[in-house]
Amino acid sequence: MTTHDTRPAGVTGTRARPLPAARPGRPGGLLARARGGLPTLVFLAPMLVIFGVFSWLPIGRAVVMSFQRTNLVTDPQWVGLANFQQVFADPLLWTAVQNTAYFAVLALLFGYPIPLVAAILMSEVRKMRGLFSALAYLPVVVPPVVAVLLWKLFYDAGEDGVFNTILGWVGIGPVAWLQGADIVMPALVLEATWAAAGGTVIIYLAALTGVDPSLYEAAEIDGAGVWHKLWHITLPQLRGILLITFILQIIGTAQVFLEPFLFTDGGPANRTLTLLLLIYRYAFTNSLGGDYGAAAALSLLLAGVLSVFSALYFRLTRSWSSS
Amino acid sequence: MKTSRTAAAVAAAALTAVGLAACSDDEPDDGRTHITVTIDAGLEQDAIDAFEKRIAQFEDANPDIAVETQEYTWTAGTFTAQLAGGTLPDVFVVPFTDGRGLIERGQIADIGDLTADLPYREDYNPNIAAAGEDPEGDMWAIPIAAYGQGLHYNRTLFTEAGLDPDAPPTTWDEVRAAADQIAEETGEAGYAVMTNDNTGGWILTTVVNALGGRTDDGGGNATIDTPAMRRALDDLQTMRWADDSMGDNFLYDWGTINQEFASGRIGMYVSGGGNYGNLFTQNALDPDDYGLTVLPLADDPNAGVLGGGTLAAVSPNASAEGQAAAVKWIDFYYMEKLTVEEAAVADAEVKFETGQPVGAPELPVFDKDTYDQVQTWIAEYVNVPVDQMAPYTDQVFDQQLLNEPVTATQEVYGILDTVVQTVLTDENADVDALLETAQTQAQAALDAA
Repeated sequence: MTTHDTRPAGVTGTRARPLPAARPGRPGGLLARARGGLPTLVFLAPMLVIFGVFSWLPIGRAVVMSFQRTNLVTDPQWVGLANFQQVFADPLLWTAVQNTAYFAVLALLFGYPIPLVAAILMSEVRKMRGLFSALAYLPVVVPPVVAVLLWKLFYDAGEDGVFNTILGWVGIGPVAWLQGADIVMPALVLEATWAAAGGTVIIYLAALTGVDPSLYEAAEIDGAGVWHKLWHITLPQLRGILLITFILQIIGTAQVFLEPFLFTDGGPANRTLTLLLLIYRYAFTNSLGGDYGAAAALSLLLAGVLSVFSALYFRLTRSWSSS
Repeated sequence: MKTSRTAAAVAAAALTAVGLAACSDDEPDDGRTHITVTIDAGLEQDAIDAFEKRIAQFEDANPDIAVETQEYTWTAGTFTAQLAGGTLPDVFVVPFTDGRGLIERGQIADIGDLTADLPYREDYNPNIAAAGEDPEGDMWAIPIAAYGQGLHYNRTLFTEAGLDPDAPPTTWDEVRAAADQIAEETGEAGYAVMTNDNTGGWILTTVVNALGGRTDDGGGNATIDTPAMRRALDDLQTMRWADDSMGDNFLYDWGTINQEFASGRIGMYVSGGGNYGNLFTQNALDPDDYGLTVLPLADDPNAGVLGGGTLAAVSPNASAEGQAAAVKWIDFYYMEKLTVEEAAVADAEVKFETGQPVGAPELPVFDKDTYDQVQTWIAEYVNVPVDQMAPYTDQVFDQQLLNEPVTATQEVYGILDTVVQTVLTDENADVDALLETAQTQAQAALDAA
């Protein structure tokens, strides 16, 4: 028996029993295939309707709009691929791609390891673990807009800004957090990491409780230290979760909007213009009715790139996650 | 078992239906025409009370109309979303710049027949009326207010800096010198500019106009790369980097710069001459701090003060009765106080009683005589510090008033936002390169419009 057999199913899904295949020979049709018949469908209906109306319909509509010129008030016109051509011809597109990539890389460097380290440290704590996880999770409970407004005070560029006051004690600054072309993006990443880390910490903590303690006991008997246990037990056991949070982080940061929108509106001089903010600008900054076609086209392109990236990622990492 | 499962399924289906039904529109069927009208977002309670008092007066005079309020403040981003989403109130206001475009695209209701019957329709200053007219001269949107840009300044900071608050700057060099002195003596920003949400371009255009320049020639050619624009940007660069007199924040929009000014952290800034109302009612400005003067104009026949104004428009989603009721409301709430003594006095009285500002400077939408007449009707209710606004009101009527560019206005403003932000946040900003890029982009925006 390998140690893997003691691992609870569901962490990576590899232990879940496959569902029995539909019995051959029975008449087809939705009702027949949906085991349970009519009541099942009726129970499904509310979710189908909600998803249909609020998710799938708008997605379908966005696909259609990407081939149209429309102001959503008067009749739309079909324009073929003109919206896509317009998006590719926009010099700001490449600025936005670079900024978004920069944000994603910074968020990966800071935002990815910090929750993991925090979760591992917390799992080692014997007392008041609940208090620590509550404290870590607290920023997630703060409404995002409130958090940004709060951090705007922290980032006040004057000598009396919160961070600048603290830096002033050790003779540094004042720093133009949100106005400086080089410092602004790291400043946004710092807030974003603070705001989101708590959620990931909780996921890691939950996964850590699934690691069989006997593994650590066995390792200790064999004389393994903290680093060995971390490297040879904890990280491999969390591998499935780590791979998932990695891709979720990439997808999330590629769609970063809130921080640049509320902190800087893309400034200074487009240094924090991200792809989603550019989409927003296409759609909403021209008060005479935005360019919804171009906004839909860029949204589709982004969704396409992320889908391809996710598919490739899962293909390449399949062997790692299911060993 | 089977029965209870079926019952649960029926209940689930019923809940879905109820949920969907809750999304539907439900207008009370009381025989009255219901309209939603605009009330500024974020007003103090006194101002809300004053507004509701006016609604009660309107409903008394028009028992067949029921008025509901919807909070609304025009910003480029939210307006577009509301317009596209069909969530604008039946009556809303937009700046002059948007009138022509909204009319061309059929995005506001055609109320030309209704406005033709207004008694003062022919009295409008033709320049002002044009902002709300289609090419045939039908008025789709009603001009309710006009303004000229002004230089707002903080008298308290002027005094603290050793400047005379009764003698505000009259040239751009004096503006620069005063800003330097304020920053030096008080530690606050001597001069600040808006930079975000297209306002950076708006204010830069204002200064360029005051120096005798334009951002386009009116014939579809962008004129961004000009001596006037260079002068305006050079001044900003000097104040920001050589004098360090512009404070620490360079990401202001209209709302946030008003907040900062009202809280006493900005010495001077350029914005609409009628801003006092917002500063006082939404940002708790101390009236003693406030000073307003005209923009310094260069000694150039083309130099002028950028004007603008507000149009009241009606949602294209309103029914025919709704449109008629909406025009009645616009006539009652926005226009009668500009033309009828009784209404002017009633409006001023309500505002006075509820502590709202009465008598903040505007430009006439009809003619100067009508405007002066209204000022005499409401003289006893005027509660704003008119003496502190005298440097503006004494001179603005003599300044050449310029209209905002009509083509791709917001796009060009947005392009200039980036120029202003770069100059203010990058010490080594290359103005030549910035202007060359902006010129190309602005030309592309004009060509596409």
